[in-house]
Amino acid sequence: MRPPDQKEIQAKRLFITRTLAILVFVLVAITAILLRLYWLQIQHHDHYKTLATDNRIKLLPLPPARGEIYDRNGVVLAKNITSVDLFITPDQVDDIPAVIAELQKIVTITEEDIQRFGKLRRRLRRFEQVPIRTGLTDEEMAQFAVERHRFRGVDLGVNLRRYYPFGELTAHVVGYIGRINERELERIDKAAYAGTSHIGKTGLERFYEEQLHGDVGVQRVEIDAMGHIIRILETQPPVTGEDIQLYFDIELQKIAFEALGEHAGSVVAIDVKTGGVLAMASKPSFDANLFVNGISFKDYNALRDDSGNPLFNRAINGSYPPGSTVKPFIGLAGLETQTVNHVQSIYCPGHYRIKNAGRTFRDWKRTGHGTIDLEKSIEQSCDVYYYDLAYSMGIDKMHDYLAQFHFGTQTGIDMPAETSAVLPSQAWKKRRYKQSWLPGDTVNAGIGQGYFLVSPVQLAYATAVLAADGKLIQPRLASRIGKQSTLPQGMEMESIHKTDPQNWEHVIDGMLAVTEGQRGTAKRIRNEHYRIAGKTGTAQVISMKQNEEYDETKLEKEKHDHALFMAFAPAEDPEIAVAVIAENGGHGGATAAPIARRVMDAWFGIKPEEPLQRMAQEESDE
Amino acid sequence: MNDSILTMPQRQSRALLPKLHIDLPLLTGLLLLCGFGLAVLYSAGGNDLGLVKRQLLHLGLAVVVMIGIAQIPPGRLKQAAPWFYLLGVTLLVAVLFVGDIGKGAQRWLQFGGFRFQPSEIVKLAVPLMAAWYMANRELPARIWHQVVAFVLILIPAALIIKQPDLGTAILVAAAGIFVLFFAGLSWRLILFTCLGGAIGIGIIITYPDILDSFLHEYQKRRVLTLLNPQNDPLGAGYHIIQSTIAIGSGGIYGKGWLNGTQSHLDFLPEQHTDFIFAVIGEELGLTGITIMMMLYLFIILRGLYIAVMADTTFGRLLAGSLTMVFFIYLLVNTGMVTGILPVVGVPLPLISYGGTSLITILASFGVLMSIHTHRAPARK
Repeated sequence: MRPPDQKEIQAKRLFITRTLAILVFVLVAITAILLRLYWLQIQHHDHYKTLATDNRIKLLPLPPARGEIYDRNGVVLAKNITSVDLFITPDQVDDIPAVIAELQKIVTITEEDIQRFGKLRRRLRRFEQVPIRTGLTDEEMAQFAVERHRFRGVDLGVNLRRYYPFGELTAHVVGYIGRINERELERIDKAAYAGTSHIGKTGLERFYEEQLHGDVGVQRVEIDAMGHIIRILETQPPVTGEDIQLYFDIELQKIAFEALGEHAGSVVAIDVKTGGVLAMASKPSFDANLFVNGISFKDYNALRDDSGNPLFNRAINGSYPPGSTVKPFIGLAGLETQTVNHVQSIYCPGHYRIKNAGRTFRDWKRTGHGTIDLEKSIEQSCDVYYYDLAYSMGIDKMHDYLAQFHFGTQTGIDMPAETSAVLPSQAWKKRRYKQSWLPGDTVNAGIGQGYFLVSPVQLAYATAVLAADGKLIQPRLASRIGKQSTLPQGMEMESIHKTDPQNWEHVIDGMLAVTEGQRGTAKRIRNEHYRIAGKTGTAQVISMKQNEEYDETKLEKEKHDHALFMAFAPAEDPEIAVAVIAENGGHGGATAAPIARRVMDAWFGIKPEEPLQRMAQEESDE
Repeated sequence: MNDSILTMPQRQSRALLPKLHIDLPLLTGLLLLCGFGLAVLYSAGGNDLGLVKRQLLHLGLAVVVMIGIAQIPPGRLKQAAPWFYLLGVTLLVAVLFVGDIGKGAQRWLQFGGFRFQPSEIVKLAVPLMAAWYMANRELPARIWHQVVAFVLILIPAALIIKQPDLGTAILVAAAGIFVLFFAGLSWRLILFTCLGGAIGIGIIITYPDILDSFLHEYQKRRVLTLLNPQNDPLGAGYHIIQSTIAIGSGGIYGKGWLNGTQSHLDFLPEQHTDFIFAVIGEELGLTGITIMMMLYLFIILRGLYIAVMADTTFGRLLAGSLTMVFFIYLLVNTGMVTGILPVVGVPLPLISYGGTSLITILASFGVLMSIHTHRAPARK
């Protein structure tokens, strides 16, 4: 080490001066704190001692009432009902099982109640009230009031409880609230949720949690050493959460549920003009009321293990191969990218072979469709036409055009955790499987099979965009939040760019032929009241080997094809767009199209005077 | 006061501790305080042994980190300083874009299953950087150099305020500014800033409407609550009312360990984290607090002694600054809980529950030990 020079000595001297200065600061500050403590703990000790032992000021949070949810006609779908509940404060009770046994003599307390009490008790602190029974009857209340003196640490409380009058019908749409769990506790603002025990878990209850919750109020009260309130010093009332009105129509939802019948699946209906979701059925469903006060293990296990997966919201989270229902979109992509024009036709021999590749792709109709142009290809759902179109267009061009309809991306509907499903492209396959794209993949995608997946809400939305002449109105369930409309005001609506508006008309003509043409795949739903433009789809659930024959009678139900249908009506001035997916329902035209027809009939107020008979199987179908 | 211990002779050079680069007086003080903290935590956490065990685990990890850092020679730390600083600032920027939001603030970064707050890295990186920058200048530093150093400090502090985390921002800024102070920040400037700040706060309290022109309504409310907690009876104000009652009712000797009524009836908010000082005041009284304060003072004095004895400017500045940050923790926390300073989320160092701050604090003492034990042998 070199000898300390002048500069270093100077720096060191400076440092020592500064250290002495800081030392003075430290000592003064610590003295100040200790003086403050002297003031608190010695000079004013008596004052604070009195505050601590005799009268305490406590802040009681006043939880807000949760906003309610109404359908388009003002029918309430989620409401608050007053419920008288019985609570035990574990801190004040010595022998809890004995007290419960004693309570059982005057009010009904089931094994499940006790189980739930035990579960909650572990989560709450000793001095917090734990509900043992909710929703006491008037007699039980009176009984308890008489014997109350015997039960120290047991109290009655009046609470608002969430109730869903339509149970299964709205379970997936409205969702449900449940007790705040530990993970949510970390996420929420604890002050805002002081006194609130429940939070939106799924569906609209979750998506609009912030708006529905309201603002907590507070009451400053003076309490004595026993914890009894002596007087109320100040009240700042809570602000009720905002009510939410939906586009959703509970009557239409009922029809959609009925129309699905025994099928698992989904129906989504969208108002073409506003983007409002009119119905959104997912079957099988469950009773959301089970979850509000903590579901029992038994009920939960039953729901979880049910092979029909009732807790799963198919409309938003289900991904299905769209099958032929995407043909109008792919046809449009072909026209708009100028890969084909609408008069060009091909010859369909019933199978298709890529040049220089061995694999043969079969048409659903083994004998072939003959000479086919765009309109006929939609009407008859010719696969070969789309094999060829997709192959000439190329997957990436097709991907880019279809992406505009929100295939492969979330539609942005006001529901939590929407799936984006899959719109395949070369880049996607690289990312997902680290494999390169094969020509055969393109051919498969051309008929909505292979990697292509859509959710029911995506299919309904894309149909609505087609019906709205390319206008992209984000689908929404809520029409009003409090007094505010959710419709974007004064904004230029985004639209899909058109190379030639005629192209859209050709495609829609094809879709009209599906229900009205001689060989239309859904001609059974044609009616004299209004015109339907639609497209059937029959999606394979399992892949068939080259020479294997699909035979429904030989397969288990889970391997049957999914039946799909998408449509809008009236064709001249569209009001409603519908997507139907009936899992393992077989043929789209036979199973799914009549479901859509029933929903549309109901929307247009047409009574089903002639029951839609299932016509014989002789009709042509995919 | 404790001079005989503070100037412990270097006799035991062949013993194990110096070989491990551990400073015994500092280690003793730290462990005593941590032990005291665990006992208080048991009471504050509602007799929850699990909580104490978890904190003991944090402590073990923190001690390992401290000893690990003590092995790194200060020269290495100096070389790494600018890179460490760059890393910290980059992560802070990242947190603004991709950070997790926890409890209404965006502070966390996720790496695999591992979550951490980049602001903790910056608590060490800023004094390192400032000391690195100043160590290469002639001291007292020129105004120009002071301005540059000030900007280096302000960038991460501003990023942390944006998260928003005022408490950490104050600690980070303090860490840098203390380096400047030890490097000869002009007294006149210090005086003007303090005076200006005091006048500014005075004006805001007297005429709060002055804020309307450049702040949103909610921001204004937040500033006013900070200055006067009584404005917010549900939040900050409630905390202060309850903590002063707890402390005041403790008296000279306190109500006894585990016997604090305020703490145990759950009137005290965040009683095992930021407000644990109130539990100590209630249960152990002025006596207990005074003993604890002496332990803190001992650690601070030992830290300043290490700073004065350091053989490089870098070591001096860094050791001085890190010791003072430790003191600022103490001052801001005790000032807040006793109601003489605004409510800012800063834990009571080494005692409040929480692993992150414990590790950062002991890491900074690891740096102090490194500075003290890697000195060139004295030649007299």
